[in-house]
Amino acid sequence: MAVGVLALALVPPAAAALNQPFYVDLFRRMMIFALAALSLDLVLGYGGMVSFGHAAYLGIGAYAVGILAFYGVDNGFLQWSAAIAASAVAALVIGAISIRTSGVSFIMITLAFAQMLYYLGISLETYGGDNGMPLRTRSQFAGLIDLRNPYAFYYLVLALLVLFLVLGHRLVNARFGMVIRAAKSNEPRARAIGFSPFRYKLVAFVLAGGACGLAGALLANQTEYLTPEFMHWTRSGEIMFMVILGGMGTLFGPVVGAIVLLGLEDVLSALTEHWQIILGPFLVLVVLFAKRGLFGLLPGEVLRDG
Amino acid sequence: MLFLMAAGLTLVFGIMNLVNLAHGSFYMVGAYLATTFFSWTGSFVAAVVLSLLTTLAVGVLVELIALRTLYERDHLDQVLATFGLILFFNELVAILWGRAAIYTATPAAFAGYIELAPRLRYPTYRAAVILVGLAVAALGVNIRLLYTVVFGFGAALAGLAGLMAGPIYAVQPGMGEQILIQVFVVIVIGGIGSIRGALVGAILVGMVDTLGRAFLRPLLSTMVSPNAADAAGPALASILIYVLMAAVLFFRPQGLFPARG
Repeated sequence: MAVGVLALALVPPAAAALNQPFYVDLFRRMMIFALAALSLDLVLGYGGMVSFGHAAYLGIGAYAVGILAFYGVDNGFLQWSAAIAASAVAALVIGAISIRTSGVSFIMITLAFAQMLYYLGISLETYGGDNGMPLRTRSQFAGLIDLRNPYAFYYLVLALLVLFLVLGHRLVNARFGMVIRAAKSNEPRARAIGFSPFRYKLVAFVLAGGACGLAGALLANQTEYLTPEFMHWTRSGEIMFMVILGGMGTLFGPVVGAIVLLGLEDVLSALTEHWQIILGPFLVLVVLFAKRGLFGLLPGEVLRDG
Repeated sequence: MLFLMAAGLTLVFGIMNLVNLAHGSFYMVGAYLATTFFSWTGSFVAAVVLSLLTTLAVGVLVELIALRTLYERDHLDQVLATFGLILFFNELVAILWGRAAIYTATPAAFAGYIELAPRLRYPTYRAAVILVGLAVAALGVNIRLLYTVVFGFGAALAGLAGLMAGPIYAVQPGMGEQILIQVFVVIVIGGIGSIRGALVGAILVGMVDTLGRAFLRPLLSTMVSPNAADAAGPALASILIYVLMAAVLFFRPQGLFPARG
């Protein structure tokens, strides 16, 4: 972990030395998506719930920031808490309904809820509707940290990512994490020893939603623009692919997956306009032959579970 | 149209236990092929036949190359792999036909071929394949071949829906996903794997969606101010089918007509 964090921490100086400030932007974006993928992994990898609508929380977080900014509320503490709270509440409602189902129904219902929010975003004419709207200004933190400074923003995102990795590590190894993992591997058995998997799963779902909402708030600040596209279902698919690519049920997997996928997109889109025609089959190949993700290709079990 | 899509998807899912997101891609491919063949031959009948055959071939090809190994895997893998296929097909279509939407002329003889599709002996095969799948294999029926055929047939159904959509909607990359999500809603409401459910679900979703778009705004404006109704009407209409689905699932997690077996 220390190596990875160090490498990420060295990106801005390296970019400055190479005179390529673009990379600060790219890696910040990667880390934001790493955070989103990490939150999905809690649900997907540890909880075994195939949520195909995770981008919804990304969008809700972004819209919470954008809408508050629209009304002149620039305070970052307020904006970001609102982003987390709004996505957590959405996750509570969505989770309460969809966790009653399982398997394919669960996939489809989470997908449908995300699409519902996507269309809702499109129909919000006041906030740009289909086209989205620019963020008036990045979140203000009362002079503590200035997000307009790309380096300050970068290190803030990095710090948050590390924080969530540590929290995630503690969470999945705590009693709570054990219960949701038990519910994943054998739900009747978990119930038989006296746990109510539904409640634990729902809490995991809400936590993941809230964390992803924070990622959405960061993303809105990153792009300084928000559109319903944040919630589009292909975005959910991308986040899910990051988790699988890196290796689900691990903490660093999603981070690696986000970095690799966005890096790949960057390289491929520089090569050809039709980069998705390469990415698509690549995805199929990963699923067919590298089920446990890039982490699964590493020798040994040392790195697994953080 | 929703029903044709839903029938194809639920068929593939019910018989083969495969979640196929790329179903929308076959719809798109069908629409493009039909449009192209129509402009080549000038005959709508020829276009229908040709595009159905080609979509079937594409479906079979995809099944043979990519999906065969996925039946044993869990749904997550299937979702991701077919998601990859969507990206591929959308770009392929964009390369071949360009990103701009194309339009089909409405053929003169339009009706007549709508009700052919679901009349195959689906329940029989379903029972045979799912319940005693292994036994059937042992008896000498080639299950892999049957799967390939079923998948190709499902793809052709989607292509049929696509070619009918051609004259109504714009034919463009990504058109498959717009309908795919609605089809998911249909299937979930109807009950996964059930053709009857797909029919009822399709009618329900189509009605609710259309009526919602048509009447919700006037209805609301009788209750609240016209401005508020203008703002809320379209928003509500666009999420109405999802609300319907959530409601159905809340009371009947299995859908309205759960498949037997």
